[in-house]
Amino acid sequence: MGMTLTEKILARHAGKDVVAPGELILAKVDLALGNDVTSPIAIQAFRSLGARAVFDRNRIALVPDHFAPNKDIKSAEQVKMMREFAREFGIVNYFEVGRMGIEHVLLPDEGLVVPGDLVIGADSHTCTYGALCAFSTGVGSTDLAAAMLSGEVWLKVPETLRVVLSGRPGKWVEGKDVILHIIGEIGVDGALYRAMEYAGDGIAHLPMAWRFTITNMAIEAGAKNGIFPFDAATKAYADGRAKRKYEVVTADPDARYEEEFAVDLSTLEPVVAFPHLPENTRPLSLVGDVPIDQVVVGSCTNGRIEDLRSAAAVIRGRKVHDGVRMIILPATQEIYLQAMREGLMEEFVTAGAAFSTPTCGPCLGGHMGILAAGERAISTTNRNFVGRMGHPESEVYLSNPAVAAASAVLGRIGGPDELS
Amino acid sequence: MELRGKAWKYGDDVDTDVIIPARYLNTSDPAELARHCMEDIDAAFASKVSPGDFIVAGKNFGCGSSREHAPIAIKASGASAVIARSFARIFYRNAFNMGLPIFESTEAVDGIDAGDRVSVDMEGGVLRNETKGTEYRFAPVPPFMRELLAAGGLLNYIAKRKKGT
Repeated sequence: MGMTLTEKILARHAGKDVVAPGELILAKVDLALGNDVTSPIAIQAFRSLGARAVFDRNRIALVPDHFAPNKDIKSAEQVKMMREFAREFGIVNYFEVGRMGIEHVLLPDEGLVVPGDLVIGADSHTCTYGALCAFSTGVGSTDLAAAMLSGEVWLKVPETLRVVLSGRPGKWVEGKDVILHIIGEIGVDGALYRAMEYAGDGIAHLPMAWRFTITNMAIEAGAKNGIFPFDAATKAYADGRAKRKYEVVTADPDARYEEEFAVDLSTLEPVVAFPHLPENTRPLSLVGDVPIDQVVVGSCTNGRIEDLRSAAAVIRGRKVHDGVRMIILPATQEIYLQAMREGLMEEFVTAGAAFSTPTCGPCLGGHMGILAAGERAISTTNRNFVGRMGHPESEVYLSNPAVAAASAVLGRIGGPDELS
Repeated sequence: MELRGKAWKYGDDVDTDVIIPARYLNTSDPAELARHCMEDIDAAFASKVSPGDFIVAGKNFGCGSSREHAPIAIKASGASAVIARSFARIFYRNAFNMGLPIFESTEAVDGIDAGDRVSVDMEGGVLRNETKGTEYRFAPVPPFMRELLAAGGLLNYIAKRKKGT
């Protein structure tokens, strides 16, 4: 019996020839990561074990990004604990404010995650790296502590849902719309405990930035991981960046998939997810009149340079609506710099938007754009749960960057074609 | 080991943001997290929950973030366990790693109303609704997970393995 992409990568890292769904394995990790919310608990757990060294100081990444730059004294204490731990144990990949970025954009961009890797992170959006044909999944802080010590993680080999993409996406349709459409169809637990493996000739029309957006939100369908096959786009992205040698993994032709789900990309239009679940999706044409108070473009989902370009192309020469605050958060320092070089930053600021240093910030209701009771935001982030961006009586709508930017101009949710 | 308390009932897709809102994640102190447990879905929970009580919910409990603060907050609130139709996978892992018992049973969830007295016999694998006089069996814990629990959680399990090698 052949193996899926996920099964192959898991087998390699467990030192086995073959693994099958349901099997529990102990696997070696290529990289383990934590952020300023999850690392402190992991560090306390690690210290409680009396450990004197980490398994490999090059294979742990600590990124203060959620509440950094520190939003208050407690957050500062959490980051201080990370910084001191990184110094004491010689952790090479600790990223300080001014050199950091949102972990799931920063680490692949820095070449610290490469194709074929097995990565665990104490952050649910660790599944992002599947775009590189790697296995990556979110875990809790205790799992991170254990991996920092042993370099291993226990995993149950998941069943795989094969998502077959065909056709070419139309105008204003981006990676975000593909994944929101899928979640809208299968539901927030539609891929529970499973791997989502993408296949089909539609993949050729998806740039890497869009693939990262798609795998990033695998967790919003309940999935363990999302994974794309390795192709020319993956190679072009990885070869300029990879800090380690990598091995290309391919799925076997006779691999077994538990279920298949097909998406014809050419039939999609931009998708908006209504409160309070990512599965509450509607095509843009059926959104109706939804006035907004805030627009956020950023996050590990849509904070890449391609996303900023998409939003800037819509906002160019226009003004943010009087009743709207628009906040742009480039995901990394490198993207921030690139946005400056390309003149995007000037375009946003001229239009009346705020341009922020990299942070997860408002995505999880941390800081840098919290909503008051009754306020409503459209955001390129990944979750629209109750209270996600602030007050429990506020609302978050999810969309791609072009729709978010058009909405900022319109003062209500709408698409770029509605702009004069 | 027997758990006993009354049921707090919630619906499907109870996410980690309502279990413990991110505005409180600038600390990992269990007592402080417990004060805000379930705050955005049920403001009364944290002040009215009694030791031993159960959270009973629908499908996909604990979806969303990987924050271990969620099972920590529930455990520190005094609740003894969560009973749900299904659990989001990271929450499932975290609950075992933190030693918070969780049980999957659609029948039990259907048969328990808010305020019912519930007891669980962990060894026997039996869940009783004492108010209604009904009894349910829950899915046995996989052997590997039992090993984790027997070792006293993931950290002790890893420590033992390290010593052994």
